[in-house]
Amino acid sequence: MLGAYQYVMRHPMMVAGWITDHLYISLIAVVIGTILGVTTGIFIAEKGRKQTADVVLYFAEIMMTVPSLALFGLLMLLLSCMGLSAIGLLPAVITLVIYSQLPILRNTYIAIRQIDQTMIDAGKGMGMSESQLLLRIKLPLALPVIMAGIRNAMILTIGIAAIAALIGAGGLGVPIFRGLRNARMDLIVIGGISVSILALLIDGLMALLERWFTPKGLRS
Amino acid sequence: MIRLENVTKIYPNGTKAVNNVSFAVPQGGLCVLLGPSGCGKTTAMKMINRLSSITSGKIFIDGIDNTSIDQNDLRRNIGYAIQDIGLFPHMTVGENIETVPTLKGWPRARCKKRAKELLELLRMDPDAFMDKYPCELSGGQRQRVGVARALGGDPPILLMDEPFGAIDPITRVGLQNEFLKIQQDLQKTIIFVTHDIYEAIKLADRIALLKQGRLVQYATPGDLLYRPKNDFVASFVGTDRALKGLQLICTKEIMWRSPPTVKPEEGVKGARELMDREGIDSLPVVDDKGGFLGWVLVSDFKKGQRVKEVMDISPTTIFKNASLSEAISIMLTTGRNILAVIDKYNRLEGVLTFQAIREVLRKSAQKEDN
Repeated sequence: MLGAYQYVMRHPMMVAGWITDHLYISLIAVVIGTILGVTTGIFIAEKGRKQTADVVLYFAEIMMTVPSLALFGLLMLLLSCMGLSAIGLLPAVITLVIYSQLPILRNTYIAIRQIDQTMIDAGKGMGMSESQLLLRIKLPLALPVIMAGIRNAMILTIGIAAIAALIGAGGLGVPIFRGLRNARMDLIVIGGISVSILALLIDGLMALLERWFTPKGLRS
Repeated sequence: MIRLENVTKIYPNGTKAVNNVSFAVPQGGLCVLLGPSGCGKTTAMKMINRLSSITSGKIFIDGIDNTSIDQNDLRRNIGYAIQDIGLFPHMTVGENIETVPTLKGWPRARCKKRAKELLELLRMDPDAFMDKYPCELSGGQRQRVGVARALGGDPPILLMDEPFGAIDPITRVGLQNEFLKIQQDLQKTIIFVTHDIYEAIKLADRIALLKQGRLVQYATPGDLLYRPKNDFVASFVGTDRALKGLQLICTKEIMWRSPPTVKPEEGVKGARELMDREGIDSLPVVDDKGGFLGWVLVSDFKKGQRVKEVMDISPTTIFKNASLSEAISIMLTTGRNILAVIDKYNRLEGVLTFQAIREVLRKSAQKEDN
């Protein structure tokens, strides 16, 4: 512990760099994941798409069970076949986006499906078009649950992003793996603790955001 | 004017929810769709604003086939109040009421003004309620906002699906009375769905009684009660239909106008002579401005010399617009067979006797036999 402390004091910029890299990868992944997951979630939550929804959610669940290392390997293969950069930011972000899908997708889907049919009928009966219904009724009512899903995905992503160091994407995985290779306890501690603290901080921040996004009339 | 012509709804699984129903509601009329649950009344109503599609038949609104109007335009011009109120919980009271005006593209200020007007119409203080959320309101207040929201875009037609269903009986009666008063001013064409026969009798100009998707009888409340078309109607309105019919009649219609009265300063002797002459055993006591004070009863004459000394001041009054069923109920609870009919300033308008009510019941029973 003391070693880790001394290391941070000696190389503050180094540690700060790992943290910002880590945050950067996670944030990009979650932003892309949110756009993708929420749109897909809204799409599959429409009436008459139950089968599509089952397939999509099942697929997202399966992806979740694939070990992250295996996924990185697969992606490297796929990307290099496509002539794209097989190491660095791109495969890391793609992997994280895939992992972020289940919580975001599932929460969006459930949030929209669980909206009281009375609300939908009331909106339609007053002459709202499909898009007005979505923007004025469905999304605001679903927002708290969707936000919870994004928060979940964010924590997940911060954890998994540590492995991204293996394919050269940087972040807090760098000191962890360097420490493991060179038996440097202080580096492992710095990486591990930073990931935890980061996850906790972001979780707190997201909780605030979640509350802020909850429409006033729905706050208890 | 709304006209249904041979309207039929068959669900994909083959059930006939609405079966060849035809009826028309005139401009400004209030038609109640009545029937046991599952009789198709809600489905019939939802076909008018096309929330439910028609399998065959046509619905005309002011002579225009409703399927030829753009769905959203159609709905924005038909007020819609639903079961369980259905207020949007994430919107304030004001935003809820402004929903249709906003959809219609009214300018901001006009929407706000409209919401305030409607809250006032439903006797809610706009300053206190505009920015409240539905979760902060009582059940009765929510119902009011539900009705206000349906009136939002000033539609000529209102569809109301058990709008007073989710509240306690006392609040419900109060809201029904207010609603009737508002309707007298606004003269909307209204289709109102309920399974409560008392509500139907109280509100309707005409009642459409449905059974398993078929229209059994379309008639005025009086005709439905006293001239039921068949056994189903008779059993649905119940064996106590004579009593239900009393709801239809207003106290002032059968009261004894300008009955003999006495002043508190008069002597008992004069009162006694008056009662003897008229053949009655109680006399209303009024002040100089005609305000009702109490009764002089034959049995109380020995108690004093002046009317005010023997006067009985128990609360045996009824408001002139109250129904005969309320009058009967007051008579039964107070044990009197005569009530003072008053206006809202407590002025005596007449008296209502048990005899007169019995006469009404006898006549309606005769009508039934013919």
